Amino acid sequence: MAPAASKLYADDVSLLMVLIDTNPFFWNSINTSLSFSKFISNVLAFLNSILLLNQLNQVVVIATGYNSCDYIFDSSALQNHNQKGESLLQKLEEFVDKDESLCRDDSVDGPGFSLLSGSLSMALCYIQKVFRSGPLHPRPRILCLHGSPDGPGQYVAIMNAIFSAQRSMVPIDSCIIGAQHSAFLQQASYITSGIYLKPQLLDGLFQYLTTVFATDLHSRSFLQLPKPVGVDFRAACFCHKNTIDMGYICSVCLSIFCKHHKKCSTCGSVFGQAQTQDSSTPDRKRKTSVDN
Amino acid sequence: MLRKETNGEERRLNRDEEDEEEEENDRGHDAWERTYADERSWEALQEDESGLLRPIDNKTLYHAQYRRRLRTATAARIQKGLIRYLYIVIDLSRAATETDYKPNRMVVVARQVEAFIREFFDQNPLSQIGLLTLKDGVAHCLTELGGSPESHIKALMGKLVCSGDASLQNGLDLVHSLLNQIPSYGHREVLMLYSALSTCDPGDIMETIQKCKSSKIRCSVIGLSAELYICKYLCLETGGSYSVSLDEPHLKELVLEHAPPPPAIAEFAISNLIKMGFPQRAAEGVISICSCHKEAKVGGGYTCPRCKARVCELPTECCICGLTLVSSPHLARSYHHLFPITPFDDVAVSSDPHKVPKNCFGCQQSLLAPGKRLLFLLYVIMIRDE
Repeated sequence: MAPAASKLYADDVSLLMVLIDTNPFFWNSINTSLSFSKFISNVLAFLNSILLLNQLNQVVVIATGYNSCDYIFDSSALQNHNQKGESLLQKLEEFVDKDESLCRDDSVDGPGFSLLSGSLSMALCYIQKVFRSGPLHPRPRILCLHGSPDGPGQYVAIMNAIFSAQRSMVPIDSCIIGAQHSAFLQQASYITSGIYLKPQLLDGLFQYLTTVFATDLHSRSFLQLPKPVGVDFRAACFCHKNTIDMGYICSVCLSIFCKHHKKCSTCGSVFGQAQTQDSSTPDRKRKTSVDN
Repeated sequence: MLRKETNGEERRLNRDEEDEEEEENDRGHDAWERTYADERSWEALQEDESGLLRPIDNKTLYHAQYRRRLRTATAARIQKGLIRYLYIVIDLSRAATETDYKPNRMVVVARQVEAFIREFFDQNPLSQIGLLTLKDGVAHCLTELGGSPESHIKALMGKLVCSGDASLQNGLDLVHSLLNQIPSYGHREVLMLYSALSTCDPGDIMETIQKCKSSKIRCSVIGLSAELYICKYLCLETGGSYSVSLDEPHLKELVLEHAPPPPAIAEFAISNLIKMGFPQRAAEGVISICSCHKEAKVGGGYTCPRCKARVCELPTECCICGLTLVSSPHLARSYHHLFPITPFDDVAVSSDPHKVPKNCFGCQQSLLAPGKRLLFLLYVIMIRDE
């Protein structure tokens, strides 16, 4: 950035981190009107419109793959301004090839899960770097264009990312391009005060993106944007994975059970008795004792 | 009633640990003056390329990273007490009117406790805090044990008056009687912010300490003036930590160290299954009478799954049926204590120029600039393993 421009940061300058879902299994299984190439052209037009809204706006694109995530585009990196689209597409192609090469040994049925937790973490790292670069910086936000189903193994990592986004006051917006709602992203948008949207007609994706997700954070207070409806905060029990609205929590490891058990299956604590040094401890936890 | 000075009181001036104003006055400089005369803090400022002053926080940043690494390295596989019932005991004796912390100790302590309460409920959403004060040799309860930060902060920001002596024994007695009423799966803790250099007790404080030890209460003390033997003994016996702060930033650091859950001492809390409810959020536009404020409210509350009463915020206890109501993000907040990330390794940049990447994997910052340290990112591997 030119030195003179850095002193002119107003309220409406934004840094938009876009996380694009490139999971090949998901894109193969989707049978609606939106193909990956049409999706990318919608997104490219949207990114151009963001950069046109304000001269100081920045856009960073991260691709969420099946095995890895990587940066695809950074508008603040010094490059030839006429070839932004080409460089993005080229990097995207390289990324998809690399991701596929990492995948050769696995055989997957169904849409598979993309690494949302990885790309959220990378986006937050970049935002932290921007925060530490000085007192004048654009206001960051994250937009997830996601379609793959939620991977239950990523729950803890995604919740950690959500809480750190909440602390840094970075909203996480989500636009769902798949068939079903994503409970993780619903919670993410609710907790971080972002916007969650599942467009009904994917043909007009560009219109949804520009009317809902293009405005900067300062102007959002003046607009009527989609409100969160029906966020499900119920937990799933560890034994059957059913959603329950009343359950039992182990006081040691906070595992959720739907029925009363004698012993916690996660941490091995026996309920109702004081812990002793000789009780069997699983390899995940060790209890410590005090030497006075 | 006779009050006698306890035998446990000793004053030990540890010159390495703290600044006594009487000493420096001989040299003609107060502690605050030394930062200008001796350390020349203005020479440490730097400008960045656009002429703006760059804040120099590298040293504190590295120090904080170093301390965090020490903590996580030792505490990685140790069970932590997640459901905590913590009493904060604030010393409002005459010693709290000292002005070595600007404007005076009481205001600084109130400020730090407020920040601590917010951080505490952020990291331990299922826990509860209560506030006590020591004044005129007697301990008073400022707020009851509760899970909502607002009521405690409101009481703290009210008028606080300092007078009289501090009594450690009365404080511990009151805490002991209050903490006996909590459920057996909770971890009992006390954090004392002690400014005085003496304690004025009605009986034998050693007996009280033994009583606290047998009730499994973990007492920690943060001293504001000097190290006291009786506080050190108390913390040693009950398994807490004792520290003395040097100045306000150090006090903030010490207080916030108590926010993450401490290592759980075996046998201290009986593990139990706690019945909890996960209420659904009511739809916008639904009108109902809320059970906490006793008035009609539109939309935006939660419905208790057992008795269908409406509550305004979570986590809370339903006023009607007593069921603890939480949401799954509250439980998820404690997961990073249960599954902490592995500490990062420091890698020297000059080790092998071919192996070291040009840009940071996480944030794309260039790693070739001089003076940058490289931390090998193990977290990516952790995320993939899940």
